[in-house]
Amino acid sequence: MGDAPETASLPAYAHSLGIRFDRIEDALPVLTVDFGPNVEGRPGALHGGATAGLLENAGYAALRMVLAHEDRDAVLKPINITVQYLSAGRQKQTYALGRITRLGRRNANLTVEAWQDDRARPIATAVMNILMA
Amino acid sequence: MSNPTPAPPMAKFDPEQAGKFFFKHGHTGWLGLRYNDHGENWVELELPWREDLLGDPDRAVLASGPIISLMDMASGMSIWQTKTAFTPVATLDLRVDYQRPARERASVFGRVECYRTTRSAAFVRGIAHDGNPDDPVAHVAGVFMTIAVDPRSKSKVMTTANNGAKSDG
Repeated sequence: MGDAPETASLPAYAHSLGIRFDRIEDALPVLTVDFGPNVEGRPGALHGGATAGLLENAGYAALRMVLAHEDRDAVLKPINITVQYLSAGRQKQTYALGRITRLGRRNANLTVEAWQDDRARPIATAVMNILMA
Repeated sequence: MSNPTPAPPMAKFDPEQAGKFFFKHGHTGWLGLRYNDHGENWVELELPWREDLLGDPDRAVLASGPIISLMDMASGMSIWQTKTAFTPVATLDLRVDYQRPARERASVFGRVECYRTTRSAAFVRGIAHDGNPDDPVAHVAGVFMTIAVDPRSKSKVMTTANNGAKSDG
């Protein structure tokens, strides 16, 4: 089970929950998590907190990749996150991709989307502000 | 425009007892959440510190993801505490404003109050703190929707509650 280098760079919490790197899309990382007891809320459904954890990790992973492309080194600190839950997450693999809406010198604004088998039908979205110290 | 007190065909919601079921299974069980305290319209849960929940390779600080899970669960329980009954709810919108990192090796406590319920929505606000509620780690605000119960499964509501039900996300 050779993990992609992008998976290795995820934080302990992501590893522990089972979040891993899936692929690159539009030069940004897609993260994924399998359905299992770790992420289950209401029986048979994804827990909203696990969904948020995946969204948040996808946001950080996207920002880290963009900063690396620009040869910028920064400590990332969360300012806030707002998660919108759009439909119930089922017993399926879940994916998330973050996009940088604005990259400033001190902070970045991101939007992140999570989906399951239908890419056009997200189950949740998030807006995040991240401080780059 | 009222706070209808439901007349549930079940026992009054008890957050301490419910926690014993909720935190045995699933995501909240994996996180190791614990019941800590409650009032008339609020519930406080504890997220114990754990090495594999760290969010930053350079600092022994809890990731923010588990804090969202903690606040989401405390939100749901504050709604049931306020309504005095378990009714299935789904998180519609949850906002977390991080004030500062939690202290190293410290448990994080999530205290959420349900300040308003309508027929179909419930509004919550709360704080996450690491020992001193006057110095919060994060502030939270959220909106939840009550899920219409399928008549065929009405009798299963309490069973569902005992199985660790909560927001489906």
